[in-house]
Amino acid sequence: MALLAGACDLRRAAVLDPKGPVALAERDLLFDAFSVMMIVIVPVIILTLWFAWRYRASNTNAQYAPAWANSAKIDAVVWLIPAAIVIALGVLLWRSTYKLDPYRPLEAAGAPLEVQVVAQDWKWLFIYPEQGIAVVNQLAFPAGRPVSLRITSDTVMNSFYVPQLAGQIYAMAGMQTRLQLLADQPGKFVGRNSQYSGGGYSDQHFEVVSLSAGDFDAWVAKAKQAPGRLDATTYPAQAAKSRAVPITYYSVVEPDLYNRIIDKYRHAGHAHTPSQGQGAGAPARR
Amino acid sequence: MSVMHLSEHEREELETREQRALGFWLYLMGDAVIFALLFATYAIMIPGTAGGPTGKQLFNLNNAALETALLLVSSLTFGFASLSVQAGNRKAVLGWLGVTFVLGAGFIFLELREFAGLIAQGAGPDRSGFLSAFFTLVGTHGVHVSMGLLWIVILGAQVAVKGLTAPVASRLFRLGLFWHFLDIAWVGIFSIVYLPGLL
Amino acid sequence: MFGKLTIEALPLYSAIAAGGAAVTVGGALLVAIVLTWLKAWKYLWTDWLTSVDHKRIGVMYIVLALIMLLRGFVDAIMMRAQQATALDAGGYLPPEHFDQIFSSHGTIMIFFMAMPFMTGLINLIMPLQIGTRDVAFPWLNAVSLWLSAAGAGLVMVSLVIGKFSTAGWTGYPPYSGIDYNPGVGVDYWIWAILISGVGSTMSGINFIVTILKRRAPGMTLMRMTPFTWTALCASVLMAFAFPAITVACGLLALDRLFGMHFFTNAHGGNMMNYANLFWIWGHPEVYILILPAFGIFSEVVATFSKKRLFGYESLVYATAAIAILSFTVWLHHFFTMGSSANVNAFFGVTTMVIAVPTGVKVFNWLLTMYRGRIDFHPSMMWSIGFMVTFVIGGMTGVLLAIPPADFLMHNTTFLVAHFHNMIIPGVLFGYLAGYMFWFPKAFGFELNRGWGLASFWCWLIGFYLAFMPLYLLGLKGMPRRMETYNDPTWQPYLMVAAAGAVVVLFGIASMVMQLYVSIRDRRLTADRTGDPFDGRTLEWSTSSPPPPYNFAVIPTVSDREPFLVAKKDGTAYQRPASYTPISIPSNTPAGVVLGIFAFVLGFAIIWHIWWLVAVSAIVMFTTVITRSSDDHAEFTLSAGEVKRIEDERFRELGRRA
Repeated sequence: MALLAGACDLRRAAVLDPKGPVALAERDLLFDAFSVMMIVIVPVIILTLWFAWRYRASNTNAQYAPAWANSAKIDAVVWLIPAAIVIALGVLLWRSTYKLDPYRPLEAAGAPLEVQVVAQDWKWLFIYPEQGIAVVNQLAFPAGRPVSLRITSDTVMNSFYVPQLAGQIYAMAGMQTRLQLLADQPGKFVGRNSQYSGGGYSDQHFEVVSLSAGDFDAWVAKAKQAPGRLDATTYPAQAAKSRAVPITYYSVVEPDLYNRIIDKYRHAGHAHTPSQGQGAGAPARR
Repeated sequence: MSVMHLSEHEREELETREQRALGFWLYLMGDAVIFALLFATYAIMIPGTAGGPTGKQLFNLNNAALETALLLVSSLTFGFASLSVQAGNRKAVLGWLGVTFVLGAGFIFLELREFAGLIAQGAGPDRSGFLSAFFTLVGTHGVHVSMGLLWIVILGAQVAVKGLTAPVASRLFRLGLFWHFLDIAWVGIFSIVYLPGLL
Repeated sequence: MFGKLTIEALPLYSAIAAGGAAVTVGGALLVAIVLTWLKAWKYLWTDWLTSVDHKRIGVMYIVLALIMLLRGFVDAIMMRAQQATALDAGGYLPPEHFDQIFSSHGTIMIFFMAMPFMTGLINLIMPLQIGTRDVAFPWLNAVSLWLSAAGAGLVMVSLVIGKFSTAGWTGYPPYSGIDYNPGVGVDYWIWAILISGVGSTMSGINFIVTILKRRAPGMTLMRMTPFTWTALCASVLMAFAFPAITVACGLLALDRLFGMHFFTNAHGGNMMNYANLFWIWGHPEVYILILPAFGIFSEVVATFSKKRLFGYESLVYATAAIAILSFTVWLHHFFTMGSSANVNAFFGVTTMVIAVPTGVKVFNWLLTMYRGRIDFHPSMMWSIGFMVTFVIGGMTGVLLAIPPADFLMHNTTFLVAHFHNMIIPGVLFGYLAGYMFWFPKAFGFELNRGWGLASFWCWLIGFYLAFMPLYLLGLKGMPRRMETYNDPTWQPYLMVAAAGAVVVLFGIASMVMQLYVSIRDRRLTADRTGDPFDGRTLEWSTSSPPPPYNFAVIPTVSDREPFLVAKKDGTAYQRPASYTPISIPSNTPAGVVLGIFAFVLGFAIIWHIWWLVAVSAIVMFTTVITRSSDDHAEFTLSAGEVKRIEDERFRELGRRA
């Protein structure tokens, strides 16, 4: 019974139960690679146990060949099997890494909805530049329409993580990373920060909702009714350290707020142009 | 001289010396990794001036050229000291070590003067990521040179007191490796940090 | 006068933290009292602390590792207990305490458990296997040991004075920077690692020179034991990878001490550079730890299958290939930092390529068992348990090497389960196999088999119970390092994981019992021949424990398994016509003094007590200069004394026959 309950529970596990094409492709990759590797993992486990039992010291019926230590044929097989598997997986890896590059716009109908994401201590701010609204700890969008995220941090490094829709990417101050997602159906999902960021980290989750087109318009209209406004004067209070913050809407957002949050660190700091690669090996790109 | 003709004791001494030389080479290679990573960090941080001064505005090529000259000549004078060790000329060894020390100390003086000047005009290591990387790269080399100076003094004293015994000669050999290594590191600094200001 | 240090530094902020401090202080006091009661201080000082004998240094490294294993495990079981009960802000630990625990657990297990365990085993066995009398630089060896101990001491002291880092064992900035972490915790972490890292670099150099220059005549590279090969490759990685963490932590220290901007958010800092520097060390580090364990498995599987190791050449080439490739994969630790598809794909492929030589090794062990006569000694059981479990970890590792799959699994408990799956069955099982295999060599009596097997089964079952649920929780999207959570479906898995930790606790208790029972029965299980397991290589040809000079006559080698061949030829245990005097490095307090003052230096920097920094630096300089100017750092054992020791050994052998 417990096993059955566990199996049912796992069928709904976030990673195994994707709700959009990006997470689905990533999960299928996981399944494909897993299956290919079973070709070698299962025999190795069985052989280990079988050899251990068969050649136990007390079993004097088994053959004993104390000096047998070389075989060119076996050596070749032993190198070639893992190599063949790795070549197969390498091709899979190479193709999928390009296809699922989080910077690459999704090939789906319709212009993507642009959302700007700011990691804060310990909450997430979502700015909708087209709609002119902002919301804390809730990311809403129409189902079936691609969502294009621009992500930064106004604090330490965070990782923006929505397992059922898009996987994750780091959020870093003074820099911008990207992520694309798409939900097939309306629904509610969980988003989190997965990079430890201090005392309020455990509560730093947010609600992800995909809505029908009509519901999304209603959601925007509701946000536009909210009393809060976000601009240079109100932003510091909003960004200050706080934990387990309830969903909060801002009806008006200063248009350039997101870029200011990034530039705050650049002007005091970086003279880099945003598009320029900065890290040894790990440039954050526009 | 083949190893066969050595006494047990001499053979052990030769082996010890060889092992120490290899160990020291390995240490220098590890140190080279540190310098390589500091060079890479510097290169990454060149744009990180945070609105502060750039290398072009700050660095004085004449000073760096003079530092280069002092260090290169000191490598030469250390070479003479090494030759004198082989010749068994204790006085010459001490003399050349002395000259090397003075040249190295001159280098450190110029470097400290440059650092002091930069800090005085508000371009200290806490001004920007770029300057942090500059001070750390060049300063790490400077700390190495200072350690080399201390080592010259210690081995000079050993030469004066113990004479050019086998252990002392073996230590002088390793000091030589260290000193020439610092030259190579400096050539890297000169070409990567100071020269680009000209271009 | 005392810098930032005030009475506030005592851990009175929580009862649990104060309890931890009390246990630490009480434990130290208890050891001191027992030593005084046994009047053992002088013996401890002259025979152990000041020793430069590689075997004693090896034993002291392993003692350090086992003590730190206990401490690291206490952290582990506290975390499991917290998460098992932490639904909806439950649990018993406040976040700032939980965060210190996961940081110290990782730091201790990698730097102060696994590293000393590995260095200790290499120290203890490798010189015996290559037929030499000591490592190339015996004094430097002692310095390495005491610098490691100084680092471990700093981590332990942070329990009592101040707090430890909350930034995890990787200490990523900007969180670990002074702007977000103004306390002393991160400084404890930095200086513990910097100080012990210097020791590890020097150990690496020491082992490389020893293996390349001090092998017995006839022992060509391709006649070295697999353990020596893996020790050589691991040492090369130690010598050239540790400088990278020295740079990473050093620059972070400069940021924190002098307001520099290497990794800060603003002012031109670049945190991504830290991630690169850290993992340029961090990935080779994984192989530094696991290669020697592979070497141990190779020796153990051959010895207890009573069969020559299959595919020696393959195994050697695989080891060297892994060592080289380990420098080309570091970016797979942060595929999610936004690198281009080109970069991610490149590092993904190099990571997969490493799986090839690793797979080859597994097949070699498998084929060594094939047509053998397997004795299920605990060491062999650790090896079999390893082979079955390790391939699962290898498989999940390849999954994580695919960048888009990593986007789903990174930073989740799946990742936590993966690296524990490599490090517990891979690294730790290997070291424990080595511990139970070579214990009689070090002490002259065997470890109890029954308790050894009990320990193995508890560890193995405990491991599966503790980490399989974490794989599944990762699939359910649970991030690592959560102090509380609000998803009730996670809790059953976390309870199973906590039960697994309890089973591992029984495994550790069995190890303690094993040690107790074995010491109690040491006369019954004394190893008088020096060769309790029908050994194949040179370490078994000398007595247990070996004399200070290891071999009265340096052996000449003509095979990969020289001692087995000698036993077959009847040339083993032959007395030479005469003995010659042997010179042996003298003991010196310089190593332990350097360690003590390195500890003081670190402590003083952490608390900004600048005068003490100056004092300890001067003492350290003076010690190094004095000792390295000493031309007569050895004494000679006369031929007569050597003869006396050897006569005793042959009497023992005769009594047994």
